Order: sequence, then structure tokens, then C-alpha cells
Amino acid sequence: MAAAAFYDLEGTLVSTNLVHTLGFYARNQQGVLRSLRKTATTVLSIPLFAATDQYSRKVFNDLFFKRYKGETEDRLRFFADELFESVLKPAVFPGAFELIEKSRSLGLRQVVVTGALDFSVEPLMKYLGIETYVSNRLEFVNGIATGRLLPPVLAAATKASWIRNYAEQEGINLSESYAYTDSMSDLPMLSIVGHPAAVNPDMRLRQTALHHDWPILNLK
Amino acid sequence: MALQLRKKLHESVVYIDRDSAPRIVASGMDFLLEDLPVGTRVIYPNQPLKGLVNREAAIRYALNHPHDCDPLFAQLTPGMKVTIAVDDISMPLPPMNTPDIRQTALEILVEMLHGHGVDDVHIIIAISLHRKMTPAEMKRMSGQKIWDEFYPDRYYNHDAEDPSNLVLLGETRHKEPLRINRRAAESDLLIYLNFNFVPMNGGHKSVGVGLCDYESLRAHHNPNTIRASNSYMDPAGSELGRVISRVGKLADEHLNVFHIETTINNHMFGADMGFLTKNEDDFSAFDRMKYEAMRFTMSKMPRPAKRAMYNSLKGNYEMIACHAGRTDPVHERIIAKSMEQYVVPIEGQCDILICPVPDMSPYSVNSTLNPLLVQVMALGYHFNMYRGKPLLKKGGTLILHHPCTDEFDHNFHPSYIEFFNRLLPESRDANVLRDKYEQEFANNPSYVEMYRRGNAYHGSHPFFMWYWGENGRQHVGHVIAAGAENAHVPAMMGWERADNLTEAIAMARSYQGRSAEITMLHQPVIAICDME
Repeated sequence: MAAAAFYDLEGTLVSTNLVHTLGFYARNQQGVLRSLRKTATTVLSIPLFAATDQYSRKVFNDLFFKRYKGETEDRLRFFADELFESVLKPAVFPGAFELIEKSRSLGLRQVVVTGALDFSVEPLMKYLGIETYVSNRLEFVNGIATGRLLPPVLAAATKASWIRNYAEQEGINLSESYAYTDSMSDLPMLSIVGHPAAVNPDMRLRQTALHHDWPILNLK
Repeated sequence: MALQLRKKLHESVVYIDRDSAPRIVASGMDFLLEDLPVGTRVIYPNQPLKGLVNREAAIRYALNHPHDCDPLFAQLTPGMKVTIAVDDISMPLPPMNTPDIRQTALEILVEMLHGHGVDDVHIIIAISLHRKMTPAEMKRMSGQKIWDEFYPDRYYNHDAEDPSNLVLLGETRHKEPLRINRRAAESDLLIYLNFNFVPMNGGHKSVGVGLCDYESLRAHHNPNTIRASNSYMDPAGSELGRVISRVGKLADEHLNVFHIETTINNHMFGADMGFLTKNEDDFSAFDRMKYEAMRFTMSKMPRPAKRAMYNSLKGNYEMIACHAGRTDPVHERIIAKSMEQYVVPIEGQCDILICPVPDMSPYSVNSTLNPLLVQVMALGYHFNMYRGKPLLKKGGTLILHHPCTDEFDHNFHPSYIEFFNRLLPESRDANVLRDKYEQEFANNPSYVEMYRRGNAYHGSHPFFMWYWGENGRQHVGHVIAAGAENAHVPAMMGWERADNLTEAIAMARSYQGRSAEITMLHQPVIAICDME
């Protein structure tokens, strides 16, 4: 039976997080004043994002993706390559390539399961050579973002559900599979595979990993 | 044999009499005081040989008067590419006071290389599958001067998992492959600087093991090789040594190796802790006071503080020999000197061997002695400290004294944790574990990354530790863990448990009889029992 390596993306394989992407788009608004206003709003919201993320990933998502409300789809996609070149590509952890390469050499299917947005993830996946990935998608009405995500919203337990379904469809043995993440919110994803590992973990995940005797990797 | 007669055999062999003092028994980080049964034989380390007065001069002399090859200076040409490979800090134990012998030798070597116009020099720590040394450890070992000049670009740890920096030299006639560090292989001259602490170290093991990768290592680090080794501490009886010699000779065919070996006396502790290696009957009042003060202090300290204090102990070793040149003649001379220091003549095997286990092992420097390492120290290192035949009779009982705490270092020994909790409950058979799981652990991407980017032992390392105890495991009848603070660790290891040494001896006597011969290896000790 086949096995896979499931990766979270932001904070795990790259040092950026969702706020970096939002910040990039805030800086690249139509007009200087609009860019300044969006950037200032984003910076001022950071403590609120941090607090809600600690409380609940669902609440965080509801709050965070509202910031995209009113953005046009073509604009988001147009800047995606620049976002990759200037923000995401330099942020890939040096150890990420080694980890993916080693996993691939074992015949493990490489799968990224991320809460980031699809248009920002695509070029990065090509760069890392990962063909299978699933990410969040913004809802657009008439080409304008509503600030909501299309279901299924990938976060916490839904990542684990997606992995379970994927494993069932593809005949993946989860006991033989690996999962890598940096965040405590992805604990369900770590819990369903035979070889979980914490990567560059936050304090809470580090404690959990120590408690469960999971490997703790530093890809920086 | 009358006790009075037996007392006179050798200064390092003491028999317990009715009026003998209680003995210090090392157990983890504690040093307990125990009364041993009358007639028990206690083996101490030999008195330290006199160290060389001028260490620098001895190293320079060795470089200028090598065995079976030209002096080092005569092999140097301006602009040549030179790599110096050096042993890691798994030896000596405890780590020696600064300056480390390696620092002295490196400074002399670098000065000589620069003086001959050789500037393309890299220093590689030959860790094989050991953990990478931390920057602080590297700096302590090499000294400030080497550190400032070479770190980090030209002073680094070998990486056995970096395929782009490994090169296949070939196979021996027994199909053992040898893939080693590319920089070392492609240098015009490879200088190997060895620190010989126990007779298993050095010789062809230096290049053939220290700079190789996992596939090369697994060809000889396996249960069958260890089982066939009649003490891997005795080069003449070691199958492991024979296989590694084959591999090393393959390296010699392809590389220009200038081998430097050093060895030290067993001056393990300074005046403050020297009583730990002394016969308790000869203790002065001051020795007893120091012991009591140490015991009291340690008993009051929280565990982490105790660990920090224990890990801060440093050895007072002195160099007693240095030879350079071709690998074989150099190693022969170093082993001869090493044996001169360590060999204790012993008459007769024992039925019960008491093996106190202090938290001191090549694999736990600046870390903790986890249950697998307790196993390797008792059934591996200490059991194998003989030549001729084992100190313990076949089917005898080995009593190890250690708290057997279920504690692992997550940074240094991550794969040990999985080995202990997942594999040992399924099987303790070394061949089953090797066939079924060794490669899975070795290739586990998490463990590979932790080895490469962190300071973790390679994923396969706990297997080698288990194999290392294989000839001991095959030989003994029973193992009793005295002083074990829990029941599950001894059970997982296949050992019996006793609260204390007295209870363990009573249990062992129930297997071996009331008249069983008892011997204790007084720890910490480096002594090779020369069995008649």
C-alpha cells in the first residue's frame, strides 16, 4: 500500500504566514493612498490576528479573510508571480528541499495541505516540485472577493478530514505516512498518521511533541 | 585460595575481607556506599602511567619520524589540497580539560601546513552517524585560534546524509561498500588525527567508519559481526576489527592517508574527585570527607542541576604516546601502549559480575544516559572489557546498577525513543529488528533532517547500540537491574529488577549458588581484564 508525506506550508516549509501575503497585496493596491491605508490597517490588525489565532483557527479565518473583501480576482492572480518571487521564494526554509527530496526518494507521495490561498500557493508548489496540494479558495462574485472562503475551509480538523478522504480515495496507508506542521492548530493532522513530526514548532506544539515523543525538526 | 594470598595478585585487584571498607558503587549520577559479600573480587583501574612531559614536542617528533612513510613536511607541496579529519568528543570520558590533545595537534598541523604553502585546508569532524557537535563543543575542542581561522566554512562536521558530498571508493572482496566524504576523498593528502581512548578506537576504523555513510556502516555494524567478536575491545579477537580493517585497507588503496594516533593515561579525575578511582581501604580522612560532601551535595540538588554538575566534570588525562605514519604500524604501537595502561591480569572467571553504570558514555556527552545506553554500557562496553575469555562465565548473572530512568534526550536521541517504545515491546532479537526496521529508521526523513540540521544521532543509531550489546546478551544467563527506579524499563529490556545491590546479589545467588564467585568492576574504570 502506498504512503504519503503531508505538509502544512506556512511556517513549516516557508517562513512566511498568511499575514505576509495579505501585507503584500495591501502594499500593491491601486493608488498610493489606498496602499498606505490598507497597509496601515493590516499592520494594526496583527495583534488581533495573533490573539484570535491563539483562540480559534475558525474565528481567525472568518476575521482574516474579510480583509480580502473587494479585491478583484484578476488583480490577485496578476500579482501572484511577483508575490512568489519577492516574498515566498526567498522564504523557503533551506531544509525544506532536503526533507521533500528524502521523502520523495522513499516513494512517498508528496502532498501539501495548507490554509493559504490557492493563487499564492500554485507557483510555490511548482518550485518545490509538489504536484498534489490543496489550499483555501476565496469566494468571488462577479470577479470580486466577498471576504469568505469556499468550503471546505482548510484549518485544524478539516485538514485531517481531507487527508482521511484523500487516503481512502488514493489507497494511502496513513499508518505508514508522515505529517509535518509548525502549529498546534494542526494537531488533528499529526494525530492521524503513523509518523508525525513538529517542524519549527510554536511553544504549544513543542510541548505536545515532547509529551508524545514526536521528532522536532528545525528546517531553518 | 586463601583470601590473604588472593590479595597479593595485582594492585588493581582487591578481595573483600571481613574488615574491608564499603565500596563506592556508581549508579547513574549517584555514588552509593555498599557493603559487598566477603570474597568479592573488585577490579580497579591501574595507576596512571606517567604522561609525556612535553606534549607538543611528542607530536612534532611523531610527525617528523613517522612509521613506513615520509615525514609529513616531506609530503607537502605548496598549493596542495589537504583535509584533516579528527575524532569527535565521544572520547575521552569525561571530556578532557582544555587544551584538548586535538587542539594541540591541530595547531601544530596547521602551522606546518601554512609554513609549507598549503592553504587549502579543511578540518572535518569524523562523526560518522554520531550527532553533530555543537559550535560550542567544536570551539572547546579546537581552541580559539583554529576556530577563528576555520569555522564555519573549513571546520565542520561530516555529513553522512549529503549525497552530493559522498563518493563511493569501491567494495571489499566481501562486498562491503565504502562511501566516504568527498572532500576527504578528493584531497591530495588526508591527515587523520585520532584520539585513542579504548582499544576499539583508531586504526582503520578512523577513516573507514568516521567518514563513511549509513550503507557502508551497516555492512559491518550488524548483530552477526558483534556475535563473532570475542571482545571487540581486543583487536586480535574482534571480528568487527577484522571487517573494519578490510574496509580501511580499501580506503588506503585509494587515498593518501597520513595517520596520527594519540593515547592517554587513565588519570580520569583531578585531586578533587580522584578518590572515585581509589581503593576504599586506602581512603584518607580527607577522601572520606570529600566523598560525603559530594554525596550530600548531590542528594540535595534537583535533577537538572545535578545533571549540569555531572556533565561539567572534566578529565585530567595526559598524553602517553603519539605515533604517525601508515595506519597499521601506528595503530599497533598505540594499542600496545594503551594495553600497557589498561591491562589487569585476572585469574578465573566469575559467576556473578557486578557492573555499576555511571552516567558516562560516548553517546551521552552533555546529555542523559537513556535506557538503551545503559544497556550498551553494561552488556556492550563493560562486558567486552576483556581479552582471552569473558570475565563472566557463560550463563552467569550480570548485575548492573543504575536507576534506569525512562528519560530520553529529544534533541540528541529522537530515534532511540521510537526504538524503545515501539520496537522493543515487539522483539528484542537483534536480527529481527535489523531485518524489519533498521532501514525504515535510517531513512525516516524526520530523523535524517534532525541528524543533518540538528544535533541528533542518526536514525539507525539505536540499532547499532542494540547490536553492540549482542555478544553480552548472548553470553549472560540473567541480567538484574539493581536500583532501578521503575519496573517497566528493566522489563522492556528483558532484565529482572532489584531494589538494591544486596537484593540483586541474593537473586543472583539463587541462580548461581551460594558459593558463586562474585566480581565487581569498580566504576568509573577503563581496564581490560587479561583473562588467563
